[in-house]
Amino acid sequence: MSEKQTGTGLLGWIDARFPLTKMYEEHLGKYYAPKNFNFWYFFGSLALLVLVLQIVTGIFLTMHYKPDGDLAFASVEYIMRDVDWGWLIRYLHSTGASAFFVVVYLHMFRALIYGSYQRPRELIWIFGMFIFLALMAEAFMGYLLPWGQMSYWGAQVIISLFGAIPIVGDELTLWIRGDFVISDATLNRFFALHVIAVPLVLLMLVVMHIIALHEVGSNNPDGVDIKKNKDENGIPLDGIPFHPYYTVKDIVGVVVFLILFSVVVFFMPEMGGYFLEYANFVPADQFKTPEHIAPVWYFTPFYAILRAVPDKLMGVIAMFAAIAVLFFMPWIDRGKVRSVRYRSGAFKLLLVMLVVSFIGLGYLGALPATETRTLFARLFSVGYFGFFVGLWWISKNENTKPVPERVQ
Amino acid sequence: MRAMLIIVAGLLLPAVAWGAGGGPTYPDDRIEIDWDDKAAMQRGARTFVNYCLSCHSAAYARFNRVGQDLGIPDDVVRDNLIFTTDMNGEKTKVGALMKTTMTSQYAEQAFGITPPDLSLVARSRGVNWLYNYLRGFYVDESREGLGVNNGVFANVGMPHVLAELQGLQKPQYNTVTDSHGNEQEVIVGFELVKAGSMTQSEYDQTIHDLVAFLDYLAEPYKQTRKNVGTGVIIFLFFFLILAYALKKEYWKDVH
Repeated sequence: MSEKQTGTGLLGWIDARFPLTKMYEEHLGKYYAPKNFNFWYFFGSLALLVLVLQIVTGIFLTMHYKPDGDLAFASVEYIMRDVDWGWLIRYLHSTGASAFFVVVYLHMFRALIYGSYQRPRELIWIFGMFIFLALMAEAFMGYLLPWGQMSYWGAQVIISLFGAIPIVGDELTLWIRGDFVISDATLNRFFALHVIAVPLVLLMLVVMHIIALHEVGSNNPDGVDIKKNKDENGIPLDGIPFHPYYTVKDIVGVVVFLILFSVVVFFMPEMGGYFLEYANFVPADQFKTPEHIAPVWYFTPFYAILRAVPDKLMGVIAMFAAIAVLFFMPWIDRGKVRSVRYRSGAFKLLLVMLVVSFIGLGYLGALPATETRTLFARLFSVGYFGFFVGLWWISKNENTKPVPERVQ
Repeated sequence: MRAMLIIVAGLLLPAVAWGAGGGPTYPDDRIEIDWDDKAAMQRGARTFVNYCLSCHSAAYARFNRVGQDLGIPDDVVRDNLIFTTDMNGEKTKVGALMKTTMTSQYAEQAFGITPPDLSLVARSRGVNWLYNYLRGFYVDESREGLGVNNGVFANVGMPHVLAELQGLQKPQYNTVTDSHGNEQEVIVGFELVKAGSMTQSEYDQTIHDLVAFLDYLAEPYKQTRKNVGTGVIIFLFFFLILAYALKKEYWKDVH
């Protein structure tokens, strides 16, 4: 028998039956993270914060919301007007949805610039991509629930995309909606999926994402492996325990985030029509199509790619490909150097192209299409996919700078 | 990093230049709503229950909540704001939702459409739109039964309910050439052809007050929201100072 650390008191009693101390040490007290985390490393813990916020506010919303085509819209207004602090809970949830995507997009961008998807962190990246997919499903289904005009017609447009799939398309859309149009049946199933099915998947994926991360250790802005240089106790020389160092640092990030978040929640909850679309203050009406249907801002880049392609089926394929291609990042990038700090000018140019294309697509996806805009959307779509093609091309024999032994 | 950010900003700048544009509408004025001016909202509430609530509902709002928020006692609300009866023929209770008594079947016969609920109209349309729309009715004999059209909402099914206050006006047109080279007639002004009980500035003020009330009605808790928000943000700034000091203290020994 190995010598088991035996504590005394309640903790010892628990530790003999459940690995509480062991888990605490593995994930917080003796999880050694690189000491050079910068601004970009706040967004992981912030994503966790927003996840908790969405779950807690979501529970309270569920207590008053009615998933019924005749009652849903009025029940949301009932929450806003008659439930004590209901307006706050609802705005926290609606702003939280957008904040989730802001934080997750920045978190993903961090992985791109510092090569956090590269070996040995491929699985962390892939679990993360599944989280992104689940998050998009969660947001899409949640947006139907207020049962406003944009909820209804946005869902109508997106679900009808599946109709472009040959042979099974029409049957598939019917199966998703549970009716020939978006209806009470659709609302009920989206409610079930939004409040329990997808959140369960999301939570499980988040746990897997973190377990995988703590197994291989965190990357850092220099992209160097801190486990190569350890002291006599086996502790990385450039590592510091996550708790207390990063817990106290992340609290600062959390407070700054909460200040910005509060500005939106309390002073601009509609965010100029981007977080809560104006047309969504009109109840869903299946006989009246709004003049301009735009998805919420976090879907607009992909929506713009869809519209940029003249053929509907090809557009749908392009849109899904835009997300699917991200899964293959660990193998598209054939380079050995992780951080943008030591990568070539060509890589930096590609990154700029990706960011410009993605923001440009997001901007265009929110506007009605015109000839000029479609032209630009095509240009930006090529730019978006060009990043991945370009990266695969240049990363084989990239002209990189020498990577230091230790973090700088 | 900084150079990359500058390049990104520079490349995106031209994109911002293409704004979204709609067709020209008249009138096209802007208003400011003063949320501290409860008197204006009270006057707007009076106009609302007298002229709007007969056909439109505000089915998410309650009479007594309006009273509480605008400083009108319940008995005054009962006597001056409630003109409807419930299904038993008794006067609508002060805690009831602000619903019209017109059935949607009757409304569809009369107007061809159920008049929309107005609880949230200030959020879906915006206050400027409402201010212009309610001042934008003009004589149009071609419209059977209504006799009016609207410069902001063309061919709207709503009659000019406030004509007794505003009077009737005739449009003045001007021919303009749009970006595609097509000539079109646009309204550039109105000329009063039949006086109402109010002068133009009195009418504009009445509409301003009505819109202020609708703005209140769309988000009754707006003032609370901002007050709470100010407190929350002030608290967070103090918390930030502490959090930063704590971080600095711990990180002293990290080199």
